[in-house]
Amino acid sequence: MSGQSDPRGSTFSAAELEFLAEDETIEIVPNLRMERLSLICGDFGPFRPQIATQVPIWLAVALKKRGKCTIRPPDWMSVEKLTQVLEAERDSASSFEALPFHYVEISRLLFDDARDDIPDVYMVRSLIEDIKDVRFHKIGTGLEKLSSRTYAMKLNLSAMEVNVIRPFVTGGLETFYKLGNPDLIQESSDRPEHRRPQPADRGPRRELRR
Amino acid sequence: MESGSDKGTGGSSAMDDYETLISTTDADLLKRSWRNEKASPEILQFESSLVQRSREQIQLMEETVEEFMNNGEDPLTVSLYQMDIDRTMFLLRSYLRIRLQKIEKFMFHIQKTAELWTRLSRQEQKFAKRSIEDTKQHLDESVLSKLPDRYKSHLKQSVISEEDDMVMEPKLDAFVICRSRKFLGGLPVDDRKSARHVRGGYLCTSLQVDKTTS
Repeated sequence: MSGQSDPRGSTFSAAELEFLAEDETIEIVPNLRMERLSLICGDFGPFRPQIATQVPIWLAVALKKRGKCTIRPPDWMSVEKLTQVLEAERDSASSFEALPFHYVEISRLLFDDARDDIPDVYMVRSLIEDIKDVRFHKIGTGLEKLSSRTYAMKLNLSAMEVNVIRPFVTGGLETFYKLGNPDLIQESSDRPEHRRPQPADRGPRRELRR
Repeated sequence: MESGSDKGTGGSSAMDDYETLISTTDADLLKRSWRNEKASPEILQFESSLVQRSREQIQLMEETVEEFMNNGEDPLTVSLYQMDIDRTMFLLRSYLRIRLQKIEKFMFHIQKTAELWTRLSRQEQKFAKRSIEDTKQHLDESVLSKLPDRYKSHLKQSVISEEDDMVMEPKLDAFVICRSRKFLGGLPVDDRKSARHVRGGYLCTSLQVDKTTS
């Protein structure tokens, strides 16, 4: 299947995250009359003109593309809310503001297909871009603190952000762990007969470090 | 994001099943199984009844769509139903594919571990058996039969190896990122051993994505 991520890469591909985000619900105002849809993922509708209803984003986008509804952007996608978030993000060097788990994907989906339904779309778009930049910069500087003594860290990240840093963080911690634990290196990389000379080797090396 | 300031442990696969509480439909369950299977290094129990139900649902829906088309139903409605079917099909296919990839990768390990072997469906066992035979034959014919006697096994480096050291095993002892369903206070992780070996060996927190419940 085309959308499936490479098993060796990151756990989820960007397309798969978008797929997951498309299941989040959003409010639409239909302009057509349609009976209730009994789908595998749930029942939606009935759809009546001018009566707002909740549907998954994929359904909203499908209707929108055919000009059958207007999408009501979620509360957090307003200039006012996003300005607050951006300011808070800039003020604090380490904490992350609460945004929906899929904010990157959702905003992208709506910018692609429902531009005319978002008030001040240019402003909203540039605010979200700025927020994304500020947050990724913070993540980058935060990762520099990663060390051999990092056992756990607490973050408040979105799906896309986590997905980007996951391979690096887990790989990095793994390497720190290995390097900090000589037995592990021996076990995994040396065959039994080579094991004996190893401890003798390690003595001088350690002195060099001091 | 301050390293070490807040530490926490989370349950296994907490990142993946944060929706458990609200998921009731099979579509949600399938999504969850797909996510779990994708994120876990080893093969998980095959969700036979869930897969069965999903297949029946897809079939039922396809029949419904056909009926709609025959009855001249609004093409828009038909296409929406079709999209829903496609989404479910994608999940189901992807779920089965991930499992096959894992089986291909770890087939010898799965074969010699009874617990893992029973996690496969009957068809998967058949697939595993055949790929094991083929791989073995291929290794024998291409390389192993030409080596000296003591290096002929496809499981061991040489006859003096005590363990099957040429069998690839999934890495169950790895760092993970997980998402907590509710706010966790400061949970102490005292030393690395305990941080890495909670809950059956795999998926233990070393890094936590914390999220208060919405």
